[in-house]
Amino acid sequence: MIATPPAHVQEHSTHEHPAHLRHHFASVEQQRESASFGMWLFLLTEIMFFGGMFAAYLIYRNWYYPAFVVGSHQLSIFLGTFNTAVLICSSFTMAMGVYSAEMKRRKALIGWLLATIFLGLVFLGVKADEYHEKWEKHHVPGLNFSTQDFTHPTDKEPPLPADMAAKTQVYFSLYFAMTGMHALHMVIGISILVILVVQAWAGAYTQGHMTTIENFGLYWHFVDIVWIFLFPLLYLISRHQ
Amino acid sequence: MHFISPVLWQFLVNWLTHFALFPPEASGIAPYTDALYFFLVLISLVGMTIVVLLVVLFSVLYRKERNPEATQIEGSTLLEATWTIIPLALFMVTFVWGALLYFRIYNPPTNAMNIYIVGKQWMWKAEHPGGQHEINALHIPVNRPVQLTMISQDVFHSFSIPAFRVKREVIPGRYSTVWFEATQPGTYHLFCTQYCGTLHSGMIGEIVAMKPEAYEAWTAGSTSGASLAQNGERLFASLGCNSCHSGAGDARGPSLAQSYGGKLQMANGSYVNVDEAFLRDAILNPTMHQMAGYAPIMPTYQGQISEEGLIALVEYIKNLNSNYRVQQTLNTSQVQAPAAAAPVNGQGTVKP
Amino acid sequence: MSTATIVKLPPQETASLPKKSYLNSEYGLKSWLLTGDHKRIAILYLISITFFFFIGGAMAGLIRLELLTPQSDLMATDTYNKVFTMHGVIMIFLFLVPSVPATIGNFLIPIMVGAKDLAFPKINLLSWYLYIVAGIFTIAALVLGGVDTGWTFTTPLSTHYLNTHVITAGLGIFIAGFSSIFTGLNFIVTIHRMRAPGMTWFRLPLFVWSNYAASILMVLGTPVLAITLVLVILERAIGIGVFDPSKGGDPLLFQHLFWFYSHPAVYIMILPGMGVISEVISTFSRKRVFGYTAVAFSSVAIAVFGFFVWAHHMFIMGVSNYSALVFSLLTMLVAVPSAIKIFNWAATLYKGSITFETPMLYAFGFIGLFTIGGLTGVFLGSLGMDIHLTETYFIVAHFHFVMVGGMLMAYLAGVHFWWPKMTGRMYPEALSKLAALVTFIGFNLTFFPQFIVGYLGMPRRYAAYPPEFQVLNVLSTAGATVLGIGYLLPMIYMTWSLKYGKIAGANPWQATGLEWQIQSPPLTENFTETPIVDHDAYDYEWLANKTEHEVQTVG
Repeated sequence: MIATPPAHVQEHSTHEHPAHLRHHFASVEQQRESASFGMWLFLLTEIMFFGGMFAAYLIYRNWYYPAFVVGSHQLSIFLGTFNTAVLICSSFTMAMGVYSAEMKRRKALIGWLLATIFLGLVFLGVKADEYHEKWEKHHVPGLNFSTQDFTHPTDKEPPLPADMAAKTQVYFSLYFAMTGMHALHMVIGISILVILVVQAWAGAYTQGHMTTIENFGLYWHFVDIVWIFLFPLLYLISRHQ
Repeated sequence: MHFISPVLWQFLVNWLTHFALFPPEASGIAPYTDALYFFLVLISLVGMTIVVLLVVLFSVLYRKERNPEATQIEGSTLLEATWTIIPLALFMVTFVWGALLYFRIYNPPTNAMNIYIVGKQWMWKAEHPGGQHEINALHIPVNRPVQLTMISQDVFHSFSIPAFRVKREVIPGRYSTVWFEATQPGTYHLFCTQYCGTLHSGMIGEIVAMKPEAYEAWTAGSTSGASLAQNGERLFASLGCNSCHSGAGDARGPSLAQSYGGKLQMANGSYVNVDEAFLRDAILNPTMHQMAGYAPIMPTYQGQISEEGLIALVEYIKNLNSNYRVQQTLNTSQVQAPAAAAPVNGQGTVKP
Repeated sequence: MSTATIVKLPPQETASLPKKSYLNSEYGLKSWLLTGDHKRIAILYLISITFFFFIGGAMAGLIRLELLTPQSDLMATDTYNKVFTMHGVIMIFLFLVPSVPATIGNFLIPIMVGAKDLAFPKINLLSWYLYIVAGIFTIAALVLGGVDTGWTFTTPLSTHYLNTHVITAGLGIFIAGFSSIFTGLNFIVTIHRMRAPGMTWFRLPLFVWSNYAASILMVLGTPVLAITLVLVILERAIGIGVFDPSKGGDPLLFQHLFWFYSHPAVYIMILPGMGVISEVISTFSRKRVFGYTAVAFSSVAIAVFGFFVWAHHMFIMGVSNYSALVFSLLTMLVAVPSAIKIFNWAATLYKGSITFETPMLYAFGFIGLFTIGGLTGVFLGSLGMDIHLTETYFIVAHFHFVMVGGMLMAYLAGVHFWWPKMTGRMYPEALSKLAALVTFIGFNLTFFPQFIVGYLGMPRRYAAYPPEFQVLNVLSTAGATVLGIGYLLPMIYMTWSLKYGKIAGANPWQATGLEWQIQSPPLTENFTETPIVDHDAYDYEWLANKTEHEVQTVG
């Protein structure tokens, strides 16, 4: 997509370096180290990005703890745990993909990448189902929220007084913002994975240059780690009884 | 002066009559603020002079014609230390001085008289405890500490009196306070200084500082007939508060007499000071202020009562020295409207 | 003013631009719009930033025209609110934040560290495209009817009480933020990983140190603005109540999140400018910068401390007295490194051999005006003083002194300093000196009265004001007219110089620095062979030896 300087293709034959070495880098090492450093820096920005929401969560949970407890109990712990397991597996498949690229096994790499895509889609599917359930139960803030379930619960939850019940909207606002932002990162990740699969098919990553796969793996693991924080914070509030 | 255009004439008149470098010092704290300002202007002038002098001096002494060959100097730790420590010391003095002034402005004396301010797009409402209501104006006596308890009905505003050198943000959802003591009778600007929408620059008014006799005359002549506490008393009855907070020993809610200013023990063991902010929030979010020894059954009045109504209730509770008034209203309301006597869920929707 | 100059140009009768350079290596719109060359991207930024600067400047003109009279009579109050919002949004996010890093930084950082390009050229280009998209969103907000939240987007005003194009503008700023993040990321990786052999950290020019510090702020701070905007947009679009008191949210949380970025943002804006000043002062006194280590470390110190002072924008907003104390103390601390820099620059002049070319004039202007701006920052960091001064024109004057008197002057110094390197041409010296002088005079006339009218109590963002403030406002508007002329002049003569300016040669200022040892304009790959660095930055003895031993070639 970027216009490379002309006459460069011919010059490849005049000096010995791998085709994937970009010419502004002095060596393959420099290129790999720079790419890796760049990805870690980018993940640092992502930590700051999610950090704002975690800060908001910290404050509001401290203020409105009973509302957060009841809100959290509205989530399906089964689906949450299942999704956590799905994501951890997808991190495993991604790591196996990186390993396959290192071992120059093209078909294995593609298989593992496809498995990661599949698991990612499973996660998103479960999430969509959970969101749908929240919509049905009128737990979506702003759009159709009702505190009826909290002031007059039909399950064994204790009823909340009206003012604390109103605060459950804050809990669900954070739930949708945090998991929604996480889901967006999953969607972006899966889209990139599709592109990687296409490139991997053409043999791009199994000829000794797998920096892209490695660094994408970092991104994928990061998205997984964010979920590993989100899951207990959102799903597991005061579940021990 | 018909040959000078009217605009230019207006300009000149304004200049000659109004040109000032700082507002009148009309409050007790104003001279202190100005003193800090002069200190800061002084050290800035000194700092600026040093920097400009150095730059100009060196430019003249070491210009290329006079000094064709530059001398390479790496640095000097001593100089670095000097121009680190001296500015730091001056900034620390500024910090301490400013902090002392800040604590003075935002910590009212205990004998301050309280006036409530409600800000809304795009006007200021002043509620005096005696029942005087003002819009875009505030009458106050001189030589008496006045505390403003302020809240916004909608967005952030900011209550600013430049002549008194005080300003505080007026926030939706919680009270903020500021105090001052006017020292000079006169009329001073009141500005809203936090951008709040279309008529932000129209949200201005007058602070009228009056001699004590004039102020007395004004309060007598401007009252609406019922003090804030009296309004609060009516609300207390119509919203059904007295059914639980009846003051009786076995009442469902705690007695409110003489509760203001004291300490209450909460259900989680902590102690809170009962001030205006606590009272307001306890009415709107009772679950978050669960008092020890009582069941969490108080309903919330969020959405059922305006900020003015809350102010009236707070004033009423502040002035509640005994349960006599509570009993009175209980009896009165029970006699007059038995059906409406004890609504449990706070269904009264009267907004004053 | 002396007429001596250090400018040394090749003999103009025989001189010509080099046959091959980054400007003519390829032709056609596609070769520019799909380039990976950091220098071309810098030029793309230069053009687009200048475009947005003039839109923001037009907004400023409208503001000052309205404020000529005490009544709100030039335009409807709503329109005025939209005008000052646009002025702030465009000037901060579309001009000041990218100004030095995206133009001068992009152009020079690879060359200064001895590399052929930035670490990630494609991401660099993406950065520019994100900037353009952000600009389109902002123009769209303007054209569709404007947004009137103020650049600070305060909730609940912006979420619930306005029906203007808040989401469009918010999305624009969100995208601009990512442009900024990617630029910073590129710089950090380049500076860490792509320095030429022998180029140790302490041999780097101070311009690199300053941009490095600013890049850390960009990378760590901007994401917080991004998430804050997302939450505001969600609250506005679907009604989640994170900042809404009626739903249990807290509008003060927005303030904390917003200022957590927006305070480091001001250091993002000023640090690269400070880097320019280091380079200019050194060159035009023929001396190494006094206290190199102190200046380098103070850049990093400003970046680090800059993260811990955000609540000084909130002293009167109901933060607890004790947190106000902490933030005031830290604000005093963050002022110290800037003071250190000013003194080091002044000391650099000592026993130098000083000439007064245009970049040096802008640098002097910076030193004077930034000192005033910075000192008034200390006024504002002092708690009790802030109560009277905050939210008035004192604040407006303070930040214009540091941003316009400081940063914009530094940007102009940089553009004038590196113009010969970027284009191979010199601009006319007399006109440029005149423009610098006009800008300085105009600036002072515009903004100094604002300190006074601010202390008098005139609030900011007011379309109408009490008549006693008129005199000072008229003075300010008069100054703005002069200032406008000062900014238009460079547009004219710089453009003129592209065709008619004198040929500059590789090193017209006889400066040290790797960028001056290569041709003007540079080749696409910057260096014909990898430079090996064996001397400190600002090593004028090395430069003297080198010039003796070689003939300066051009073209």
